[in-house]
Amino acid sequence: MDVRFSSEQRALRDSVAQLVERLRPESVRALDDGERVAKLDAALTASGWRELRTADDAGAPWATGVEVAIVAEQLAQGAVDAPFIGPVLAADLRRRLGAAPAAAETIAVTLDLSAPARADGDAFEHAALAVDAAQATAALVLTRDGGLAQMPLGAATTGVDLTRRVVEITPGAAVAAVSDRALPADDVTQWTALGLALTSADMLGTMRGAVRLARDHALNRHQYGEAIGSFQAVQHLLADAHVATEGSASAALRAAWAVDALAPQDALAAAAAAKAYAARAARMVCETVIQVHGGIGNTWECMAHVFLRRALVSSDLFGGVGPNLTRVLEHHRIGVAS
Amino acid sequence: MNFRDSPDEAEFRLRLREWLATNTPDLPASSTSDDYWAAQAGWHQALYDAGFFGLSWPKSIGGHELPTVYDAIVDEELAAAGAPPRPSLGYLVQGMLEHGNDDIKARLLPGIVNGRDRWCQGFSEPEAGSDLAALRTRAVPDGDEWVITGHKIWTSYSDAADWCLVLARTDPDVPKHKGLSAFRVSMHQPGVQQRPLQMINGITREFGEVTFDGARTPATDMIGAPGEGWRLAMTVVSHEREPGELGYVARYKKVVNELVKQVRADRSAFDEEPVRDLAWALVEVEMLRCHVARRLSERLDGISHGPEGSVDKLLMTAVEQAVGHAALSVGGAGHGGWDDTALKVYLYSRAQSVMGGTSQIQRNLVATRILGLPA
Repeated sequence: MDVRFSSEQRALRDSVAQLVERLRPESVRALDDGERVAKLDAALTASGWRELRTADDAGAPWATGVEVAIVAEQLAQGAVDAPFIGPVLAADLRRRLGAAPAAAETIAVTLDLSAPARADGDAFEHAALAVDAAQATAALVLTRDGGLAQMPLGAATTGVDLTRRVVEITPGAAVAAVSDRALPADDVTQWTALGLALTSADMLGTMRGAVRLARDHALNRHQYGEAIGSFQAVQHLLADAHVATEGSASAALRAAWAVDALAPQDALAAAAAAKAYAARAARMVCETVIQVHGGIGNTWECMAHVFLRRALVSSDLFGGVGPNLTRVLEHHRIGVAS
Repeated sequence: MNFRDSPDEAEFRLRLREWLATNTPDLPASSTSDDYWAAQAGWHQALYDAGFFGLSWPKSIGGHELPTVYDAIVDEELAAAGAPPRPSLGYLVQGMLEHGNDDIKARLLPGIVNGRDRWCQGFSEPEAGSDLAALRTRAVPDGDEWVITGHKIWTSYSDAADWCLVLARTDPDVPKHKGLSAFRVSMHQPGVQQRPLQMINGITREFGEVTFDGARTPATDMIGAPGEGWRLAMTVVSHEREPGELGYVARYKKVVNELVKQVRADRSAFDEEPVRDLAWALVEVEMLRCHVARRLSERLDGISHGPEGSVDKLLMTAVEQAVGHAALSVGGAGHGGWDDTALKVYLYSRAQSVMGGTSQIQRNLVATRILGLPA
């Protein structure tokens, strides 16, 4: 066992961090800076990171779950407002069916975000949501008979998460089959594990970014003639936030590794445990960060709620605490009471 | 980047598994009974003699000079086999390796590692808990001996110990952190009395209090230089704060596995709350296993553990207490019955946020030494 990052993985982490530092939204107002967003998106496209799960010559992904989790964590740490998880998950689905890669594509999920949207034949029966959909022109969905279909998307709007846009899909929307083949059950399981690992990594980055924001505030904000970070009550809040972040990091690391290294059911169990842990932690951490900011933390212009909103969406995507505790129990052959 | 065993690690794991198949003693599931404490020395020696203890320590003291990852393999396999946990002596060994002179290391460490010499740790005092440096036990030189007088408490295994690592004040005229020195003191002498402390779960053999009334120890048994006691104590407690060092993951895993069996056997007997508590315990233990893997891997770079030990200790505490809650929730308190196993596991878990430095102190350290907030 040696779970240190390789030198290539460390280099990847550092180059993502550099891009994030250069182009991240440093304030809520900066979210509306179209020029910055365009530069950020162009830089991300140029990096090729969204294609890390497309197929190499042998049909395997170019990179493992670990590399894409590294990118997801670093992007979230800067609350980066350019798509990543959606395109990566779409590319991974296409690869599993041997379908050619497509640009500007994301995935569609149920309205509560907990599961991939399923089309019935050539149309949607229920409303759905394309996530992480800025610049996306199409979304992938699963079909009830286990196939893969694509649907064109209209313009994206801002949803709960101010950093990642969505497209609402109305009932009856038409889809076109991407492949005649059905996706094997093991592939759906592994893909779900990847979704859980990536959303866990995203929440981990979100926690790191949020704690950094609150720490800086605690050092700069003075009351009673002292920085509030010198008060033990504030220190203990932030210490708990840091500890929850580190626990999430350890669980998320194994989840990311497990995606490609373990049998599908074991990968899913590792990812579910990480997701449950990180989802609980992320809400606590982001709430703490708002609390440490005091009144300002409850205003729109403080970045704290940007992190909280992002965490809420990543938590719900592929299921948050409840569905993943159920997955953990099922892995231990304990059923949910009927 | 691989959570799997290397070929060497896999071979070691197999060898250990085969040994455990015939050598697992019939001892309680965890350290929640006096039977466990009574048999711990025999278990330690059996592990050592078979080559499964002290794996990461120098060969000169009986170790094997393997990466600390091997200790984690031992912990996992012990838990899987339902065997008792690995005795936690790393704190003593690291303290002496880092601060003892060559004579101390050569003379004292082999007996600690092979389990023939039983030690206890005399740090805390009734008036010096979190503020350890305020301790009052005095050591006064008398010829080529030191004379020790004072009162120690929370002394683990004091009833079975042959020797005590005593932290005492040797210079009352310097600031409190600078006047402390460490000694080895024999527990078998007239000036030493020990009394067991009964804990809230009823066990009496884990902790004790010890009074030293003119106890004597030779000057050659001072560990580290005069005045080096505080630094030695910090080395010791930082090792006490690491879940990997203590092998606690194994202990938690074993309890949780028992709870899983219990619920699986009769799912309909449990409503949602205990099952959810159990799910959280599973998640927490899994997290800690990953965390230990991460920390042990960092050590391959030779990273020494500073304030990160406080993070580890707080995580470990949360896990132990989640397991304790699940035990109580699934097993019940035992009202009207005679099975209080779950209650004991739960009650024992409350000490984790106190021993080895309270959670409040750990949070202070995380805030000031990791997050860089004003001390």
